[in-house]
Amino acid sequence: MNASGLKRLFWIAGVVLFGAGLIGWYDRLASGHLNANYGSLVPWGLWVAAYIYFIGLSAGSFLISSLVYVFNMKRFERIGRLAVFTAVVTLFLALMSIWADLGHMGRAWEVLIYANFKSPMAWMIWLYSTYLVLLVVELWFLLRADLVAGFGLPGFKGAAYRLLSLGSRDRSAGAAARDRRVVRILATIGVPVAIMFHGGVGALFGVVAARPHWHSGLFPILFLLSALVSGGALLTVIAAIFQDGWRQNRDTVLALGQMVLGLLLLDVLFQISEMLVVTYGGIPGHIQGLKLVIGGPFWWVFWGWQLALGTLIPIWLLAGPTRKDPRWVSLAGLLIAVGFLGVRLNIVIPGLAAEEIHGLSRAFASARMTTHYVPSLSEWLVTLGIVGLGLLLFGIGERLLPEETGARPAAPVSGDGHGGGVPLAAEEASHVRA
Amino acid sequence: MSDDTTTVGSAPPVSRRELVQRLCGLGATALATALGAGASVTAPPARAAVPEGGLPAKRQFRYGMVIDTRRCVGCRACVVACKAENKTPPGVSYTVVVEEAVANRFDDKPIFMTKPCFHCENPPCVDVCPVSATFKRERDGIVVIDYDRCIGCRYCITGCPYGARYFDFGENYAPITAGTPYAQVPSPEYGQFRIRADGSPVGNVRKCTFCLHLQDAEGRYSKAAGRWPACAKTCTGHAIFFGDFNDPESEVSRLVRERQPIRLKEELGTQPNVHYLL
Repeated sequence: MNASGLKRLFWIAGVVLFGAGLIGWYDRLASGHLNANYGSLVPWGLWVAAYIYFIGLSAGSFLISSLVYVFNMKRFERIGRLAVFTAVVTLFLALMSIWADLGHMGRAWEVLIYANFKSPMAWMIWLYSTYLVLLVVELWFLLRADLVAGFGLPGFKGAAYRLLSLGSRDRSAGAAARDRRVVRILATIGVPVAIMFHGGVGALFGVVAARPHWHSGLFPILFLLSALVSGGALLTVIAAIFQDGWRQNRDTVLALGQMVLGLLLLDVLFQISEMLVVTYGGIPGHIQGLKLVIGGPFWWVFWGWQLALGTLIPIWLLAGPTRKDPRWVSLAGLLIAVGFLGVRLNIVIPGLAAEEIHGLSRAFASARMTTHYVPSLSEWLVTLGIVGLGLLLFGIGERLLPEETGARPAAPVSGDGHGGGVPLAAEEASHVRA
Repeated sequence: MSDDTTTVGSAPPVSRRELVQRLCGLGATALATALGAGASVTAPPARAAVPEGGLPAKRQFRYGMVIDTRRCVGCRACVVACKAENKTPPGVSYTVVVEEAVANRFDDKPIFMTKPCFHCENPPCVDVCPVSATFKRERDGIVVIDYDRCIGCRYCITGCPYGARYFDFGENYAPITAGTPYAQVPSPEYGQFRIRADGSPVGNVRKCTFCLHLQDAEGRYSKAAGRWPACAKTCTGHAIFFGDFNDPESEVSRLVRERQPIRLKEELGTQPNVHYLL
């Protein structure tokens, strides 16, 4: 399948998932949490897993973009802006997921005003707010010169550029140099912020002594590693689909693939370490979570989704002869990106699905008092809708925002001259062009 | 009278230890021979769960319970009384009775254990709340939730080691859904008399308050006047003792001093204010 065929698939998936999500969101807003399947024993479910999944993608993509803007690695230059844009979009998706999860969505703003800094959650919220601002400013400086250059474009795209440039008119080389300097500073500040906030997400779980499955010093580190693996994997997929796809980005995709392989192996090492220590210690509360992961009612999430789909097959694709073919490498990236949702589910659910006091689930009859949690249709629809929204935002961004010009000679800012307002129509044009 | 602690049941030592372990769900549990000291966790006072004019900053009372599992017959009157008092919806029950079959006991009856919120001295649920919506009251150490502040993130439910917190999903019993007059009966919780419609406490986390709405203005309960936590008041076997651990002459202080109570999951350092006699 060629790159424009992949793009078409991408758009169709985006529209279908987003449409399905509208039903889920209607149900969420109309009936609150009534149709969600979590309860008082397993109080967090799919939405929290999706939240840590998306926020991991964001932190991972951002940290990989810092290879370009902080550590000046030319190999990844072509995906630098794409990585920052991915970080913005996935952070937005993460916030949507956790917003849906709140009992009172209208009070979300309180977390900034009344922050309790004894709570890791409050720290996390302040840190990712900082990170969001930093990301948006960095992205603007990355795009500014191209936005200014695109002023004269006809129609919607030109208007959008004039709006997004926020009145900046400077086309001089000096301004471009200043942009690069600002980006470098912001990206440098961003690295510790991203490490702290995503480590903070891991700490949010790790500090909960009441849930032995989470209560480990490895948790923040595991979160960071998983973020880098899943973020890098997502970027291989994105680099293979966008900017004329895997033919143009061949070297970048292959280099990303090797990096993701290394990080994935490191992640596996950490997970094995955690499992070995827990198993050998043999404390019932601690091994209960592990037992649920590998032999509970959802054993296949671990063996099939996390291990086979998200770990072993990608390792095989990335280490074997297929490592030299960007198509196989990006398929491995896709498998990891999908497989790590299984990793996230295996963190959230088994940690909670153990009675804190033996007999609680039988103490009174209620569907909310069960350790057997399966996400409801409504929960799935909301989450799929968020995924669809992400695909659409990404597609729109890719059409609307200036293309990466780094490695391609004389690529015009707007190749097809279409406005970005009707993505599917524009997609047709791009298809013809390809 | 701390030397008067010798006669505790007739079970042999082995089965007693096993019983303790089984009941506590997790392996190691220490016997609490005295009340551990622990500073109250301070939190910025939130709005609604504090009476008009605020509370005095100094800790006056240390309310807690001693629950005698040998007196508990498992009738669950406490669960019903709590529900009638606090008008809790389906899926929310501030106290529950769990039962545990114990091998090698003197009879084949299970142990029943009624389990309200333990109002810990070091409540982990309070520390994790991102907006300080749940806090330990300065005056009496009761752990409360400000329904107007709580955003419903449910982090506190994950943080509580005892499963004492419940999320209000907005479900209702049939007579309330049908709009009978029952739907208009407010809950006296926190003295706020909310009628449960679309807003809070729906979408909030809820928990046992030791029926603090029955306190007088000075923060005192009165057993004689019936202003006493509903579960303790109704308990058919007189298994639930309630009182102030700061008062050395209170029934609960005496029981803790003279008997050998345990507290659940001592190893977590939460210092529960509910003790069990086995």
